Amino acid sequence: MNPVDTAMEHRLEEIEPAAPGAPRRMVLNMGPQHPSTHGVLRVILELDGEIVTSARPDIGYLHTGIEKQAEALGWQQVVTITDRMDYLANLSNNLAYVLPVEKLLGIEIPPKAQWMRVLLAELSRINSHVVWLGTHALDLGAMTVFFYCFREREELLRIFEMFSGQRMMTSYIRIGGLALEPPRGWDRAVRNFIRGFPEKVDEYEALLRENPIFLKRTQGVAYAPLEQLLDLGVTGPMIRAAGLAWDIRKAEPYSSYEKFDFRVPVEQSSDVYARFLIRLEEMRQSARIVEQALEGMPEGAWKADAPRVVLPDREKMKTQMEALIYHFKIVTEGVHVPAGEAYVPVESPRGEIGFYVVSDGGTQPWRVFMRTPSFGNLQALPALFEGKLIADTIAALGSMDFVLGDVDR
Amino acid sequence: MLPEEIQQLETPAAIAQWDAEALTGGSLARGELVLWTARERIAALCRFLKEERQFTRLVAVTCIDRYPVEPRFEVVYLLHSIPRNERLRLKVAVHSGDAVVPSVCGVWAGANWYEREVFDMFGVRFEGHPDLRRILMPDYWQGHPLRKDFPVHGHKYSYKDE
Repeated sequence: MNPVDTAMEHRLEEIEPAAPGAPRRMVLNMGPQHPSTHGVLRVILELDGEIVTSARPDIGYLHTGIEKQAEALGWQQVVTITDRMDYLANLSNNLAYVLPVEKLLGIEIPPKAQWMRVLLAELSRINSHVVWLGTHALDLGAMTVFFYCFREREELLRIFEMFSGQRMMTSYIRIGGLALEPPRGWDRAVRNFIRGFPEKVDEYEALLRENPIFLKRTQGVAYAPLEQLLDLGVTGPMIRAAGLAWDIRKAEPYSSYEKFDFRVPVEQSSDVYARFLIRLEEMRQSARIVEQALEGMPEGAWKADAPRVVLPDREKMKTQMEALIYHFKIVTEGVHVPAGEAYVPVESPRGEIGFYVVSDGGTQPWRVFMRTPSFGNLQALPALFEGKLIADTIAALGSMDFVLGDVDR
Repeated sequence: MLPEEIQQLETPAAIAQWDAEALTGGSLARGELVLWTARERIAALCRFLKEERQFTRLVAVTCIDRYPVEPRFEVVYLLHSIPRNERLRLKVAVHSGDAVVPSVCGVWAGANWYEREVFDMFGVRFEGHPDLRRILMPDYWQGHPLRKDFPVHGHKYSYKDE
């Protein structure tokens, strides 16, 4: 069967009028450019009065072919495109890509680099949740929180810029360690931010938890049972809001997460409000992790001692023949990754992100499959929409916290 | 057949007890278990794993193109059992001339989009899928972008509306 034909059939079926005597229904397109999707997503809604009887998401508008591009880049180069997918948690994506490649290479990462990665991943989580909270509250009509959240985000972006030189597309983690030595004064900047942060979370909470409009629009809205969400492959805060205490940082610790003390919040009601509470608490817990990482940051190297993978120091390259050769080989030829495949799951702000990398022993990946949390979570959209009021769709969409670049890749 | 060290593991042993013919191979590398099965058995095997072995979560379905080697496609199922904190990869090899695999949508509802994605990107068809359409590419797109013989920059720059 030709795929074009099936697509056309599907379109005709969409606009077909109801049979005589059948209940009247209305098809409404939400998007592709809808202010509350914060990206390009079309949802085909079928309405019976104000009740949504069917919701079908249509994705792919932001498809950039990152998986295909990865096959045309060197192993190290791929890191710099991973942060284009989920542009709110760039460093989590970097980390998720780097871990399976390091597993294939079998190199050991020094503790300082690991702790730094944890610190940066948690700052990414705060950054993502802060933007989510601000825009979600704005969608529901609470404007002040939006300004407060973006104030904190600005500070975070300044920290990321300090590390990587960029505000938005912050690729700072590399295979074998970090891209550069941590900048001078980074600890003071992070400490300044994190010291006042928990009070700011209290501030957001106070603004929203006592806001009757916000409560009415979130409590008991967009409920879905845990079994259904699990069956649909939902991960992250959404599944924890449905009562499942499962966090990859605890269940399958990576990058020395097992050395940190934090709590995984769980809620039972599985509605928009529960998802809001989960993310608020996660921000507090992330702040705790960052504080611990600041206090206990190990001394030592920030990149692995793996001459065939990691570029040598500039000074060594100028004075030692071996280092010059490795430098030349890495820059001209790239890194050879042993043949094989690996998958390492990572807890991103949205759920499980995992890169399934396949190597044929060459300097370019044979295949990089990106298991992104937003794609899995968005499949639950019909479950949250159907049988509910059209006015609640905005709250439901916001509570899923997807990033369209992460859905389409 | 299965290598020695895998036969002793819990999940492969349970599968072998359920159906001695279900697995056609396997490997254990870097702590990650990969099991191979035949195309005809994948749906039944998935149901068994979900119901008897608590693999309640389908992490993803994807595909690897081994062009020009035949069988060309490896359809990969990433499974996860939360209660037992165990991960498993199932693989099915498919020839390019007959790239059809039974759908596992009936086992996990979440397989729906992943199978559509594999169909869109590799052209592997899933028999019994309720709604097998392209998902990421436009309807009118020719070819399957993640196949190795599809050029990185596409065949041509022409768009329907131009």
